[in-house]
Amino acid sequence: MTTWMLRRLIQAAFVMLVMTVIVFIGVNVIGDPVEILISPEADQAERARAVAALGLDKPLWEQYWRFLSGALQGDLGRSFVFNEPALKLIAQRMPATLELAITAVLLSVILGIPLGLYAGLRPNSIGGRAIMGASILGFSLPTFWVGLMLIMVFAVQLGWLPSTGRGPTRELFGVQWSFLTWDGLRHMAMPALNLALGNIALVLRLTRAGVRENLPMDYVKFARAKGISPNRVVFVHVLKNILIPIVTVVGLEIGGLIAFAVVTESVFAWPGMGKLIIDSINVLDRPVIVAYLMMIVLLFVVINLIVDLLYTVLDPRVRLETKE
Amino acid sequence: MSDTTLEVQGLSTHFLTRAGVVRAVEDISFSVGRGRVLGLVGESGSGKSVTGFSVIGLVDPPGQIVRGKILFQGRDLTKLDERELQDLRGNRIAMIFQDPMMTLNPVLRIDTQMIETVLAHDNVSREEARQRSRDALGMVGIPSPDERLVSYPHQFSGGMRQRVAIAIALLHRPDLIIADEPTTALDVTIQAQILAEVQKLAREVGTALIWITHDLSVIAGLADDIAVMYAGRIVESGSVAEVLDRPMHPYTHGLIGSVPSRNARGTRLRQIPGMTPSMLNLGPGCAFRARCARADAACAADPPQSAPSAGRTLRCFHPQLEMTA
Amino acid sequence: MSATSHDAAPMPPKQETPFRRFVSEYSESPVAVASFVLVVLIVSIALLAPFISPQNPYDLAQLDIMDGRQPPGSKSLEGLTFWLGTDDQGRDMLSGIMYGLRISLGVGAGSAVIACVIGTALGLIAAFAGGKTDTGIMRLVDLQLSFPAILVALMILAFLGKGVMNVMLALVIVEWARFARTARSAALVEARREYMEAAQCLALPKWRLVFRHMLPNCMPPIIVIFTILVARSITLEATLSFLGLGVPITEPSLGLLIANGYQYMLSGKYWISFYPGIALLVTIMAINLVGDQMRDVLNPRLKR
Repeated sequence: MTTWMLRRLIQAAFVMLVMTVIVFIGVNVIGDPVEILISPEADQAERARAVAALGLDKPLWEQYWRFLSGALQGDLGRSFVFNEPALKLIAQRMPATLELAITAVLLSVILGIPLGLYAGLRPNSIGGRAIMGASILGFSLPTFWVGLMLIMVFAVQLGWLPSTGRGPTRELFGVQWSFLTWDGLRHMAMPALNLALGNIALVLRLTRAGVRENLPMDYVKFARAKGISPNRVVFVHVLKNILIPIVTVVGLEIGGLIAFAVVTESVFAWPGMGKLIIDSINVLDRPVIVAYLMMIVLLFVVINLIVDLLYTVLDPRVRLETKE
Repeated sequence: MSDTTLEVQGLSTHFLTRAGVVRAVEDISFSVGRGRVLGLVGESGSGKSVTGFSVIGLVDPPGQIVRGKILFQGRDLTKLDERELQDLRGNRIAMIFQDPMMTLNPVLRIDTQMIETVLAHDNVSREEARQRSRDALGMVGIPSPDERLVSYPHQFSGGMRQRVAIAIALLHRPDLIIADEPTTALDVTIQAQILAEVQKLAREVGTALIWITHDLSVIAGLADDIAVMYAGRIVESGSVAEVLDRPMHPYTHGLIGSVPSRNARGTRLRQIPGMTPSMLNLGPGCAFRARCARADAACAADPPQSAPSAGRTLRCFHPQLEMTA
Repeated sequence: MSATSHDAAPMPPKQETPFRRFVSEYSESPVAVASFVLVVLIVSIALLAPFISPQNPYDLAQLDIMDGRQPPGSKSLEGLTFWLGTDDQGRDMLSGIMYGLRISLGVGAGSAVIACVIGTALGLIAAFAGGKTDTGIMRLVDLQLSFPAILVALMILAFLGKGVMNVMLALVIVEWARFARTARSAALVEARREYMEAAQCLALPKWRLVFRHMLPNCMPPIIVIFTILVARSITLEATLSFLGLGVPITEPSLGLLIANGYQYMLSGKYWISFYPGIALLVTIMAINLVGDQMRDVLNPRLKR
């Protein structure tokens, strides 16, 4: 188990290293590093000074080394726009994004699993077919368009929910959260649903497929032959088997949700790091872009690691194999 | 309580598929007494498993019981609702399945799967339920049951898993156990152990046992009575000694002839020519006639059930009374 | 599967070619046929936009700022009817959508074609070379696929800036991996077939083996993936353009049209965003439905 953990950690570190190289190449080779690292408003003298200060006259490997050691110390440059460390900016915006992503994950599980169970247990019913039809829409509709429609219907036409923004927040563990106030929840409802839509469809389809696959299995019939209640057969025996792939997929999708929050945050003007990165790209605030990319890759690697661990905890068969 | 635990009368279970009706079980009757073992023999697809599932009320759609009575201790199971059946299942009637690798839920611990069975029918504490589960494991010969309770199915061998399944079936000391080829997937030595134990348990507890198998040699050593199924019908039944020593139906002759141990060394094993007919839209007449050397025009009609001697039944126009050498 | 179905189906009088069988099986679903007709229609509209659109939305001489933000059905000062309303510049939305479809379909299909060629070639090479080449290519594919498409596209556009070519490049980089994976697995299946052994026995050159004999047989899954990825590219391009990272304002795709109307939506002028959105939606759904049906028909596992 420990050697397995160690191997995964080394793998994760390696992926991080590869990503620093890619980002470094992106910034310094494909793009013009002077453009990227120095404010577009700087004059000629400032530029020359900055080039020397940043060591851009040094060979490439030495520059990479500086970039890497800076990154390891949490120094990824300062934002031109906000004149603050880029990493600090990202960190400030991160809770809003995480809050949105986690709510979306909860929504996709809370809505996706029951709908999938229903569609799986009654595949030929009208309800079951309707759910499957709707899930295709959930997959193929562009997120931003659904977001616009949500705003149009619930904010503009019906006036039930606020159209944009985060609403009032409250502090917990030194961080501002929306979900602690009623109005904050109202602000979060549409963006979270919007972000969750694709994942609801995904979880729903996985659940349905799992039910269809597991129901004809002998262990289900044996469980029924034991005289336990049909509810227990479905919610304990079948569901526990289905949950393993669902947890894996949902876990892996958290990273995707954080990435896709870029779209939702832009539509709903949600002040998370996704909105920050779009704004930064539009004003060419490149240190923030670099910091965001490094941060999100780190998040990805950490999430994948956690999901792998969780998977071994959940599935007793895998657990045994990794022990040996 | 009468001595007859289960009496099945004229049971028909059909599968109404899109392609047509499959008469998986057609007009079969048999009975099992307390502490007796009935061997239900036939090739795969002959309807023996469907018979078992019909008795315990677990025939999945599109299958359904279309005719007949299943009298369990005098109550007709076909008249019971799902809730009443659920109370009987695992409690008074238990079932053991063919493939032990598939019957236990792979992601639940053994204790979970056993305790839930106890609690489904008896209002006892979890602790007592665990105690009973442990005793049941001990009874089927699983060493250090305390340790084994907290294991997962994949940590057991096939034979051990089947013992666990049997232990679960025995938890409520059922009056009837339906065993659907429970030893087919196991090694021969483990097969013998399990056979012996099940037989002992049935005798001691007074449980009636329906043992479904395609293996005549298993039946010979285990069962009291035998019913031979072919294409959804019981073609011949009676006590094991009678039927195996003096078979009458040509199909039974064929089955016995194809058991290796019954043949002298060096002689060719005989096989029944032809193949099992497709059960889909099977027409009238003896289903075996296409493979039967004795068939003639009369066999195009359904052979009625006759009683050639006390306790025996037969469905054949041309019974074969002499043994084929 | 059963023998009866074979007997029941009479041989058609025409010679049964794989293509004919594909067409007849595809036509079994009316929805799929309707989707196909719709796709053809949409592509025609995009191709013929300059000839059939009521006005040229890029010709500033034809625009009148006084016609700005007119609701659907209103008439211009010159008597032209704006069936779908106008945007803030006084552009006819119907014309805008027709021209927008050109950009959206062009970028989506164009990038899918390039990604298909690159990805399929790499997939075949991986399958045929095996060993280190295979591992290397597939590692790259795995790494690529473990990051969401939007993130990869974002990264590329952040480095390169916006523009039609850059968006297409981003889409190609996002998509080649799926083609590579599909082509490789299809090729591995084909490589075990007898005709490949026969071709090898003839000592044909390796490139000929791969591209002349194997590739045509690998096409069905690749075509299916291609259809679905065209729809995905169009979605992704629209998303990027909506975010302001995609195509420039001089070449507005559907996504950019939607983005332009976004600010007016809150004041109830829904049509500027709504109709391009519907056009985008219908396009994506139609292509997806065609892809779904093709997958069902071409997937041997689902064959009855």
